[in-house]
Amino acid sequence: MTGISRMMAGFGLGVAMTAGALAPITAYAQDTIKVGVLHSLSGTMAISETTLKDTMLFLIDEQNKKGGVLGKKLEAVVVDPASDWPLFAEKARELIAVNGVAAVFGCWTSSSRKSVLPVFKELNSILFYPVQYEGEESEKNVIYTGAAPNQQAIPAVDYLMSEEGGAVKRWVLEATDYVYPRTTNKILEQYLKDKGVAPEDIKINYTPFGFSDWQTEVAAIKEFGSAGKKTAVVSTINGDANVPFYKELANQGVSAEDIPVVAFSVGEEELAGMDTSALVGHLAAWNYFQSVDNPANAEFIKNWHAFIGNDKRTTNDPMEAAYLGFNLWVQAVEKAGTTDTDAVLKAIVGLEVPNLTGGTAKVLPNHHLTKPVLIGEIQADGQFETVWQTEGDVPGDAWSDVLPEDKGIEADWTDPLTGCGRFNTATNTCEVAPAAM
Amino acid sequence: MATRILTLIAFLFAVAFAPLPALAQDDLAAEINALGPGSFADRTKAIDVLVATGDERVPPVLQALSDGNLYIRRSDGKVVIATKAAVGLQLTDPVDGADLGALPASELEKIKTNNGLRGRIRTAIGKLTLLSPDQPVRLAAAQSVLKNADPAMLELLDQAIAAETDPGIKSTMELARSVIVLKTDASVDDKRAAIDLVVAQNNRAAQTVLRNTLDTAPDELKPTIAAGIDSIGRTLAVWDVGQNLLYGISLSSVLLLAAIGLAITFGVMGVINMAHGEMVMLGAYTTYVTQLVIQSVAPGLMEYSLAFAVPAAFLITALIGIGIERGIIRWLYGRPLETLLATWGLSLVLQQLVRTIFGPTNKLVQPPTWMSGTFELWNLSFTWNRLWIIVFAIAVFIALQIILNRTPLGLQMRAVTQNRRMASAMGIRTPFVDAMTFGLGSGIAGMAGVALSQIDNVSPNLGQGYIIDSFMVVVFGGVGNLWGTLIGALSLGVANKFLEPYAGAVLAKIAILILIILFIQRRPRGLFALKGRAVES
Repeated sequence: MTGISRMMAGFGLGVAMTAGALAPITAYAQDTIKVGVLHSLSGTMAISETTLKDTMLFLIDEQNKKGGVLGKKLEAVVVDPASDWPLFAEKARELIAVNGVAAVFGCWTSSSRKSVLPVFKELNSILFYPVQYEGEESEKNVIYTGAAPNQQAIPAVDYLMSEEGGAVKRWVLEATDYVYPRTTNKILEQYLKDKGVAPEDIKINYTPFGFSDWQTEVAAIKEFGSAGKKTAVVSTINGDANVPFYKELANQGVSAEDIPVVAFSVGEEELAGMDTSALVGHLAAWNYFQSVDNPANAEFIKNWHAFIGNDKRTTNDPMEAAYLGFNLWVQAVEKAGTTDTDAVLKAIVGLEVPNLTGGTAKVLPNHHLTKPVLIGEIQADGQFETVWQTEGDVPGDAWSDVLPEDKGIEADWTDPLTGCGRFNTATNTCEVAPAAM
Repeated sequence: MATRILTLIAFLFAVAFAPLPALAQDDLAAEINALGPGSFADRTKAIDVLVATGDERVPPVLQALSDGNLYIRRSDGKVVIATKAAVGLQLTDPVDGADLGALPASELEKIKTNNGLRGRIRTAIGKLTLLSPDQPVRLAAAQSVLKNADPAMLELLDQAIAAETDPGIKSTMELARSVIVLKTDASVDDKRAAIDLVVAQNNRAAQTVLRNTLDTAPDELKPTIAAGIDSIGRTLAVWDVGQNLLYGISLSSVLLLAAIGLAITFGVMGVINMAHGEMVMLGAYTTYVTQLVIQSVAPGLMEYSLAFAVPAAFLITALIGIGIERGIIRWLYGRPLETLLATWGLSLVLQQLVRTIFGPTNKLVQPPTWMSGTFELWNLSFTWNRLWIIVFAIAVFIALQIILNRTPLGLQMRAVTQNRRMASAMGIRTPFVDAMTFGLGSGIAGMAGVALSQIDNVSPNLGQGYIIDSFMVVVFGGVGNLWGTLIGALSLGVANKFLEPYAGAVLAKIAILILIILFIQRRPRGLFALKGRAVES
């Protein structure tokens, strides 16, 4: 098994190299700073993560054109953890201990992040994690450049509750059955109840990974939505299950004007495989859309298309998160004058870089970023159109204030050596983080 | 006759809008231009102003706004309708439809809409087109009026009902009228009549209407409404069983398609083929490539692209299957463990190969229009794509039965599987038959891929989702028996869909797995076990 997958990984890499993507590696064999890229290039998650690998190679290439970091060129070390969570930990160890990378950019699923955490703690390295996630975590060795729930889920629900968003009174939380949707739904359910939504107006439904027969679920959504109150679906459906879900929605004629679906895991990349003409108006909440009209974004898209050699390739939110994480790391290294983990972690808190939508991403003491929240409606061309956005940037909250057990919990890594990931302001003690559910 | 109706409609238009002064062209242009600037709230007001004019030129403009075809010309701020042209966008004047030439997209700014605005536009167009001479337009208008049930519409609706000739549209209009009556302060008798009319509809929409009115209804009507809700609920419960059965059959057809190729390679030949799912995936990618080719060579045939994709997928996957059999599997006959490992490795190779060639992201397979949408029959709703997949699955099953039972190749296949040495002694080229059988199984998997491309992702992972289900169906139905595969697919599909509403999708799947394990414990050879010597060998 490992033999085959390793062979496959080698094969994948070989192809990438012939495409010219990895060509710079050999050129700077001496005196380079190595950067680890830990994204699945095979297996189920390859569909999402391969793009992030390409993004990292693109960013490193751009940085090298500007002269690298600290006068040295950057060198990408790409490994393939093959969508296999334990293999993520092995590959992370290989990157840090064997290849001696200065920092690692990688992971997509929460399971893979949880799997590599002990390795990063033990070997004291830095992981830049570029995907929106369920929160409830703040670690010394991880910089979370994607959205926390208060930067995506909560504003999306607020929008739908508002007059402009349709004054939704009844909610279906449709989800894939794993840690991110479960935690997000726990937070959302509590939030909706706090806002006065009756328990019988909330329906939570879980389906397995890769679920493809959505007839019953979509029919149930239609029925739930026929009770006379404005109904919306909050979807944390992940990965492959999305396409059949949206196809069924379109075929059963669930229109966005009647029952809008707001998704947290569907971006431009996922829409590329769908005919979106019947899905116009369904929503997604992200911190970035390709369609955002901004000079920095236009420049980014232009360079990305030039690098990848295909002007049809979309950009998406995790790509922007990877872009922010990479630029923050570059700045922190320049500021610290070294790639030493503790020095970089000390330098990075409080750093600011402009994001691609006109705002500023600032690293907060809890290792999350400030981000704008955008709500977009799907268009017939497979892009999103921003219909609402927060005024200014929202600071990421590691421990959701919505959950009673997390009230008054803060995280502060201003000093990486004495910081605390779960500080209880009521008792003034640093608590041990609860085990993942 | 037609002219008479037109005159009548023109007359009704005149009656409906007589109090309104005819607008001068400039006023309308100014009001349309007001759609451009400002927030969504400003745009809502501008729409209301336009609707209030009642001008017949307004609906196309609103429709264009709803479809995202309304733009602001940056040079002078004029609002124009723009459609895609060879170069840039082709502009037309929203007021008089005059051609305004083409402009590059950068010279125009799209006027944004959101769900709220589109909903409002739908209502407005409904109001404005209730008397349209066009039958589908009128039906859409009646449905939109029903959805919003605005009491201000009552008068216009009465006129429309009086003029309506189509019974289907008329009943929708009457239902809409009842709903509106229930909202107004009409007399109790009027309301009672309206409730009776709604209850007589006896469907989910009627139940929703009644639920909505329950709170605001006068006290003496509440028991009638509650009784109506209950009686509709009972009817719907019966129909729900039918609907579940339908969903079950649809799932079964997908399972059958995915499994039937495996029923040949695994069931008939005894090869544990872990790369079966990848044949399905390759079939789906063939559909994608076929559509690409048709798009560039003969775009007019796009509607029928699947008709080309089916034979193409069969041929390509059958050839690949024959290649696999000749290249790998024939060296491993009689060694099931090694076959399993080799075909599994092969499945990984094929996945990564497709990922390298086509990229890791999903590919778009265009659904033909005849496979999109839903139609309602009584209280059941069918989606066209699922219905066609059921038909396709049945056709494939019948074709396979014919091949196996009525053709020389089928005879040879059965002979080789039942007694290889005897068949060989009778002069049958067993290696050739082996290759053909494996090719047939793979080809059918490829055709299944064409069908699955309509409902699932076209991604390198497509096959993985079906391999376990396929094995379950074949083993459950009884190895080596196509009828067993059919019954197996039907029972698993229907059982799954009946469990799902009660247990949820996750538990339903677990329950089915446990049931199969228990069943296999009792009957290791599945539902329809083969008897005789073939089993022993």
